[in-house]
Amino acid sequence: MTGKDAALHLGVLAVLLAAFFVLPEYHSGSLARIMVLAVYAMGYNLAFGYTGLLSLGHALFFAAGMYGLALSMQIGGWPALPAFLLALGAALAVAGAVGVLALRTRGVGFMIVTLMFAQAGYLTVLYFGAWTRGDEGFALPQEVRNLFGLDVTTPAGRYFAALALFAVVLLALGALVRAPFGRTLIAIRENEARAAMLGYDVQRLKWIAFVVSGVVSGAAGAAYALLFGYAGATFAGVQYSIFPLLYVLLGGAGTTLGPFVGAVFMFYLIDLSSGITTAYMLVAGLALVLLTLFLPQGILGTLRRRALPWLP
Amino acid sequence: MEFGPHLMLATLEGAVTAAILALTAMGLSVVFGVMRVVNVAHGEFYMLGAVIAWFVASTLGAHPAVGFVAALVIAPLLVGSLAALADVLILQRISYDPERTIVATIGLLYIIQQTTLMTFGPDARPVEAPFNSRIALPWFEFGDGGFALYWPWGLSITSYKLFVIAAAVVILAALWLLMTRTKAGLVMRATQQDSAMAQAFGIPVARVYALVFGLGAALAAMGAVLIVPIQQAHYLMGGDPLLLSFIVVIIGGLGSLPGTVIAAVLIGMSDGIISVFFSPTLAKILATLAVAMVLVFRPQGLMGKSAA
Repeated sequence: MTGKDAALHLGVLAVLLAAFFVLPEYHSGSLARIMVLAVYAMGYNLAFGYTGLLSLGHALFFAAGMYGLALSMQIGGWPALPAFLLALGAALAVAGAVGVLALRTRGVGFMIVTLMFAQAGYLTVLYFGAWTRGDEGFALPQEVRNLFGLDVTTPAGRYFAALALFAVVLLALGALVRAPFGRTLIAIRENEARAAMLGYDVQRLKWIAFVVSGVVSGAAGAAYALLFGYAGATFAGVQYSIFPLLYVLLGGAGTTLGPFVGAVFMFYLIDLSSGITTAYMLVAGLALVLLTLFLPQGILGTLRRRALPWLP
Repeated sequence: MEFGPHLMLATLEGAVTAAILALTAMGLSVVFGVMRVVNVAHGEFYMLGAVIAWFVASTLGAHPAVGFVAALVIAPLLVGSLAALADVLILQRISYDPERTIVATIGLLYIIQQTTLMTFGPDARPVEAPFNSRIALPWFEFGDGGFALYWPWGLSITSYKLFVIAAAVVILAALWLLMTRTKAGLVMRATQQDSAMAQAFGIPVARVYALVFGLGAALAAMGAVLIVPIQQAHYLMGGDPLLLSFIVVIIGGLGSLPGTVIAAVLIGMSDGIISVFFSPTLAKILATLAVAMVLVFRPQGLMGKSAA
């Protein structure tokens, strides 16, 4: 069981490693972006796919990471590594506080409360426009963007930094959901009352899952700012709360590779359609409706049910 | 202007906001009350109402009043039918599962918004008001000669804005009569209380749901047709009404109709007054956080009954 999982994950990582040397530069650039977005979706998947917490406000944690890094580098003049750690701390603090409050509600209430908190976060970014420059955003200067001497402004540096983060998160979350902790989260998703009756501290476990999910999302946000050198209020908006939901639904909620598969498909779909029309979000809307109607388990979820029951 | 006249002006502007908000939020509240689902695409039905009003008014091209009256009839009908169709094609098939309904209506939101962008375009377009005379308002002062009325410069409102307030009151009263005094309202309330029992008594619950979803969207569209001579029609105009309607419906207690009206007046008025005196962004941040806290600590709403 676990041997197959590990082989699959390592195989995917090996293919991604090789892909850089095979793909033309445009696509390897896109793939670097996709891997960072997939990290965001993997974080989201822990809350939504495994624990059953449908949050509509994860952009708040993505933005906490993004601005934690970008502002400490831009205004504080910090080097990249401490700025990245501060970003994780910012995401941890925000997710911790939001989790305590939002987890008092459930179902539809939880969705609306997370949406509202994220909206307040977005408005806060706009309110402090003197530092964040609001919707327009700001660019990080090229010379400060390096990590352990690795220059992340070059295509290769950017790609391998993204791959490293992706690999760490994939393997760590893959192990986490196989561990008793992850199993308990699935038990909570399937039947919260029963898990509570079996003696699990459901409220605390949900909070931990939510916070880990928020920190991973924050790591993705910080990496996005560092690798692509830009922070803007768009990333705190509703749209960026919807994207990870879309990726996870498309790829398959509660599967380890679903977020990545969903991100690849959706990224290229939106990329292709934005070449044709400015109304590229139409694709996202259609995908959401069609997925809820016809493929509620996503690509890998359906594959797991029909053909490959061992799929992690 | 001095403080007093300024406050009066802010109150009147707030009353216009409150009137439109009451209509829009009522649509959301009726849908939630009867069907127990949250419609995230509600703001887009509002936007669609405004855009259709522009199409109707500019195609007819006759006197502004003709176009306006036609829009007031056509836009809610079209938007309501579209919503009913979406209900049958999408929501009924996922059997109104609360979480999947939200995901599906988010999808619907983008479909409507982006289709409008492709057809109507990214520009904001105005609709001419049917009548729009300026009415100067008096203010009083205690001067040397005792109590006196005077007309301060700038203290005025248009007749159209007064009409908007009156129209909203009439529509809401009609809705109340529909819900409490007619057979259709009785059927809706029966479905709300126990849909399985209603079905057993021969009420076509599926058709009632489609009609209620259409009615909710039509109310939003009416609000939009009324506002479009004041604010222009634009494909992104649905965002703010959606958020404000959420706030109103939550504060008023999900599904409670009188609570919705009271909350709409409260929020609309304070929004108008606060944004005159404070930074609108800060006011929005505080309002959003306050509402989130209400949901966390008093999920039944400030005026709702418990166990909503």
